[in-house]
Amino acid sequence: MSYGAIEALRSVTLTARPGAITAILGANGAGKTTLLRTISGLVKPRAGTVRFSGHELLGRAVEDIARQGVAHVPEGRGVIAELTVEENLRLATLWSMGRRERQGAIEATFELFPRLSGFRRRHASTLSGGERQMLVIGRALISRPRLLLLDEPSLGLAPLVTAQLMVLLRDQTEGTDMTVVLVEQNARSALSVSQHAVVLNLGEVVVSDDAATIAADSGLRHHYLGF
Amino acid sequence: MTPPAVPGLALGRARWFRRLRLPTQPLARHMILALCGAAVLYVVTSSLSPYNDFEVGEIALYVIALSGLSLLTGVNGQISLGHGAFMAVGAYATALLMTHTHLNFLLELLASIGAAAILGLVIGIPATRLKGPYLAGMTLLLALALPPIADKWSTTFGGDQGLTTTVPAAPGTTNPEEWLAWIQIMGALIVVVLLANLLRSRFGRTFRAVRDDEIAASLAGIHVARTKVIAFVISAGCAGLAGAFLGLSTGVVNTGEFPLTLSIQLLAAMVLGGTGTLMGMWWGAVLLVYLPQWSTSLSGDFNLGSGASAYLATIIFGVVLIVAMIAAPTGIQGGLRWAWGRISVFGSRLGVSTPSVSEGPGATLHGPDQVRNSG
Amino acid sequence: MGLFVNITLDGLANGMIFAALALALVLIFRATRIVNFAQGAMGMITTFIASSLLGRGVAYWWAFLAVLAIGFVLGALVERVLIRPLQGKSELNPVIVTIGLLVVLEGVAGTIYGNSSRGFPAAYSQSGLTVGHTKIAFSHFDVFILVSVLVLMIATLVLFRATSLGLRMRASAFSGEISRLLGVRVGLLLTLGWALAGVAGSLAGLLVAPTSSFSPYFMDLVLVYAFTAAVIGGLESPVGALIGGLITGLSISYVGGYLGSGLQPLGALVLLMVALMARPEGIFARPPARRV
Repeated sequence: MSYGAIEALRSVTLTARPGAITAILGANGAGKTTLLRTISGLVKPRAGTVRFSGHELLGRAVEDIARQGVAHVPEGRGVIAELTVEENLRLATLWSMGRRERQGAIEATFELFPRLSGFRRRHASTLSGGERQMLVIGRALISRPRLLLLDEPSLGLAPLVTAQLMVLLRDQTEGTDMTVVLVEQNARSALSVSQHAVVLNLGEVVVSDDAATIAADSGLRHHYLGF
Repeated sequence: MTPPAVPGLALGRARWFRRLRLPTQPLARHMILALCGAAVLYVVTSSLSPYNDFEVGEIALYVIALSGLSLLTGVNGQISLGHGAFMAVGAYATALLMTHTHLNFLLELLASIGAAAILGLVIGIPATRLKGPYLAGMTLLLALALPPIADKWSTTFGGDQGLTTTVPAAPGTTNPEEWLAWIQIMGALIVVVLLANLLRSRFGRTFRAVRDDEIAASLAGIHVARTKVIAFVISAGCAGLAGAFLGLSTGVVNTGEFPLTLSIQLLAAMVLGGTGTLMGMWWGAVLLVYLPQWSTSLSGDFNLGSGASAYLATIIFGVVLIVAMIAAPTGIQGGLRWAWGRISVFGSRLGVSTPSVSEGPGATLHGPDQVRNSG
Repeated sequence: MGLFVNITLDGLANGMIFAALALALVLIFRATRIVNFAQGAMGMITTFIASSLLGRGVAYWWAFLAVLAIGFVLGALVERVLIRPLQGKSELNPVIVTIGLLVVLEGVAGTIYGNSSRGFPAAYSQSGLTVGHTKIAFSHFDVFILVSVLVLMIATLVLFRATSLGLRMRASAFSGEISRLLGVRVGLLLTLGWALAGVAGSLAGLLVAPTSSFSPYFMDLVLVYAFTAAVIGGLESPVGALIGGLITGLSISYVGGYLGSGLQPLGALVLLMVALMARPEGIFARPPARRV
């Protein structure tokens, strides 16, 4: 699929399992973001299929795909700055919950991210990078998605915060049947919490294997992942 | 494989035809085209009835107004919904001078251009800071604000009756309608040649650069605000001249001649003709002059009331504007260019070279996001 | 002194009407970033329809409600049919389409209703109320104007601030893509925004008609005054539309009262130019830097 004259993704075949985190790794421009945007429907590819729980997602409207239980946290986080923290969370629950359930879900999110509860009524624009990341992940998780797509969540975050984030992701995924696809430039952190990993280069899959195997292969790591 | 025997092809392959090219130097090229045009129009007006001469003259004056608007909106990217006001200023300037002084006719025309240009300056300066919709709104308000001033000071401006104009006497035995048409045609040809040269020059490139990306233009050393104001002033001046000519055509100048719909019809005619082009403005002018007649006969066909034909014309202008924006933003001239491009491609495949035609840069109405066509 | 008071009251009443139409412009601008120059003409057409209904013997208040509903539908229709196909292209094209729509509507009104002079009744008596011993230039109808526009404003604010629907509409306006990713049907909400604007425009038309010439052009000036009001108020907030409306209404009224009614549009032009110079367009554009 192409942006103008440049093809971002040539041919990608990807399968992700529930209850596990699948990491998508590779250099900038490898097509990772485009892959996620294709899954969530923001981008329509020329050919191919996107199957999720037996449903074909390709060609459907973005909001319909979201209502199938697909939560996409985009590059740049996607906080709606003009709304308050609570409103950001509430917005995500509107299609899936009644009023009573909604309040409970919002409270549960504040329990998961205690830091955020102090900012409930503040506009999201006042949050720091790390706080925004918490907000958007909370917002994605609140509707109990079956497929969670994360685009470079560690971008701009301090290493400590990144580590906490990854642990949180692992904890939230373990024992559930949620499928997580994690796109990351920070391959080391991503590999530390994922079960499976795929390396993209120039729009194509070059490696697809267990995360542990890839982490152990130093030649591969140096060549494609930079460490 | 021998190509099919088509007469046009034979012509295209003839060596002498290939040598028929216009001189590459813009001024010479434009003047030759203008002289050809003048010759054609002379033949046309001599053979037409006085009423038709009158119409040809009207077409010419609208070409002047539309060309100015096309420069401002198509080439420089500033929309104006208020050009009727500039025309009004020009018309009243000439009419006032004719009523109260015995100034030379050409000086009166220059005064009209000057008065309108000054208003263009007044409006153009704040306009430099305005983007599309805001500029549209401000010029819309201008179109509504100016005419009532003439009503307020009705003693000076003639009130409802308006002021009368007199066409300078025709030489010899030429009939007055033909003479007026000739004055207007000469005006149109001069304006078009001047604008065409302007657009080919460094000025034209500056206008376009500002339209396409103000930041990039200013980084390239262009004085963006000054460029925009200059475009506004030139455009207003053209409208002023057209307004003076309109006053001569109708013989009387009053506020009823310059309602809001005039400004909007100018916009529609420009879009239909081809925003950013100069030649396309002839199509637009034809629309402006003949549509009222066609709608009168149309309303007769449908047995609508007597006042309905003016409203019907308005509907058609609006529909033209909407349809053009949605389906054909480059207008007639853009369509012709596209067709000519197709023919050239087809011709070159058959080994024929078609003469190159380009009469000036074209543009579509667009904002900073859209990829544009130019030339 | 009496003159001043009367002019001020007149300005307030007119200002409320401008605020209503300005609210329509704000609703549309927030949702789709387009200035709908046809909003006044849309209000004009619905008022003409009201006039027809009244002519057929329909009671005033039924006609009133019917026409507000028709405004709703008309707004939705225009968005779907004319504006939707142009989304994503240059920001100037939809503006020009609305200009085209403006003249089409005026032409249609003129063709159907002709030049017959007709008036439009006011909802209430237009003779001045008596305060103490003096008659002031504020009638029952003016009170109705005040009340109805305030109700409209308050309803809009309540909708936006306190309901889920309002949250969705605000989110869609601030960030359409993110909202879609959260399952919000953004397209539908944009249409709704236009529909609500249509209601506001219809109300404005019904409030203006009794004191106007009631020709197809009767909303032209109201539209540009409302545009001025919306610009002063910032084109993004309903409260701004109200404040802008009052400022514009009062200014126009003073110009008209002390300098003559023919100079009112010119006064508005000056006011608009001052407002545009004082608040350069950059302030209206939402700063993109916040969106990380």
